[in-house]
Amino acid sequence: MMSIETFPITQRTAMEVALPDQHAAVRPQPAAKMLARDVNAFFGKTHALRDVNLDVLENNVLAIIGPSGCGKSTFLRCLNRMHEVAGGTAKGTITLDGENIFDLDAVNVRRRIGMVFQKPNPFPTMSIFDNVAAGLRLNGMRNHKILAEVVERCLRRAALWDEVKDSLNKSGASISGGQQQRLCIARTLAVDPEVVLMDEPASALDPISTAKIEELIYQLKTNYTIVIVTHNMQQAARVSDRTAFFYLGEVIEVGETKRLFTTPEKKQTEDYITGRFG
Amino acid sequence: MQRHFELALESLKADIIKMGSLAEEGIASAIRSLQSRDTALARSVIDRDVEINALETRNDRAVVDLLALQQPVATDLRFILAALKINNDLERIGDHAVNIAESALQYAEREPLSLFVDLPRMSSVTMDMLRNSIDSFIHSDPLKSRSVLVNDDVIDDLNRKIVGDLSAAMRRDPACIDQALELIRVSRNLERVADLATNIAEEVIFIAEAQNVKHNVEKTVPGH
Repeated sequence: MMSIETFPITQRTAMEVALPDQHAAVRPQPAAKMLARDVNAFFGKTHALRDVNLDVLENNVLAIIGPSGCGKSTFLRCLNRMHEVAGGTAKGTITLDGENIFDLDAVNVRRRIGMVFQKPNPFPTMSIFDNVAAGLRLNGMRNHKILAEVVERCLRRAALWDEVKDSLNKSGASISGGQQQRLCIARTLAVDPEVVLMDEPASALDPISTAKIEELIYQLKTNYTIVIVTHNMQQAARVSDRTAFFYLGEVIEVGETKRLFTTPEKKQTEDYITGRFG
Repeated sequence: MQRHFELALESLKADIIKMGSLAEEGIASAIRSLQSRDTALARSVIDRDVEINALETRNDRAVVDLLALQQPVATDLRFILAALKINNDLERIGDHAVNIAESALQYAEREPLSLFVDLPRMSSVTMDMLRNSIDSFIHSDPLKSRSVLVNDDVIDDLNRKIVGDLSAAMRRDPACIDQALELIRVSRNLERVADLATNIAEEVIFIAEAQNVKHNVEKTVPGH
């Protein structure tokens, strides 16, 4: 006779899992690096931005999405006063660490707020090394040892060092499009900006190069504050912490990317991100 | 350059494994509490179910985020879809551990049943199935998954036999009805655990081979 008292149960050793836990730490909300308040921008009589209010958080990636002509690139260019270079005007307040950028020297603003453009634009007659060092040399730096250190650090941060370390004297135009874009990012980083603006930085690149740029953006936020304009909503979802949806020059909705892409508050946002727009 | 997406996938897998270990430990402890009439152990199984439930909620959220933000494809997509189902299966296994622990509490209040019922073997086979299904997920091992599938029928037969034996015992001696009903409940819960372990094994095959083997075991397991 056997009762249930003799179960031959073997015990599994509980697995110790030492992998990183992406959910464990609830990070505090970062401080605002830049604040845009009641920003209006014009090209002649065209009213391109209407009362835009937006916070750019420190060490965060803010993605700006929206259909063509919604004002996203205009807003990006207002952030480092490039909008004025294109012949536009802007009203309102944009602060960088509390200082209104319209009260600061525009060149200094652009040094503190770097920009990466849609098409890779390395200086074609310069070597890879000189492309990265160009900004520093322009600021008077002549010490080759320091220049070499900065070039290496920036190429490493741009995830390009391993690919070009043995060919630093080659022309910046001789490498692939994806490498050229990362070279441009390294060049931007060389002058030690606090904020990096990216205007469709991967739209001219193949999928592999795009993935590298996206991963790079994700990693760069450790040291920089990043604002990226993209037509590609999936890219915005993949790389950003917060997303702002622009339409007809207005901010329709802004918030945490996870929230905006799963439960948008505004119908226009929902229609745009689900492809039902218009 | 490792993609942060891959880190998020690893993190989800780690959480599923952790949940699997908790579920497995829950079933083993619940059975042991029945065996040893250990009411404190049974209560601890019931109390610890909240940990599995919390992981389920967290994993659900992680899956939604990955689907919404990363647009996974191919193996990554299959892994995430399977993880969602395995997550649900493991939470249900946790609930069955609670059910068995509750039966253990009831059973401990009464005289033990002096009758041979094959719950020891059923428990052992079920635990093997559960352990192997979780191991196959950990190591992405569809061969091990298939070893789980073939045992599902064994458990169904054992369940039928145990329920039949206990029903006959109740007819013979109505005084043992309360104890027998608890053991029938345990048997049915173990049978459900084996079903869920089978589901997990099927999902591992889906991840590794992009093949849906549900309801189709005889065609996919050679010699079965």
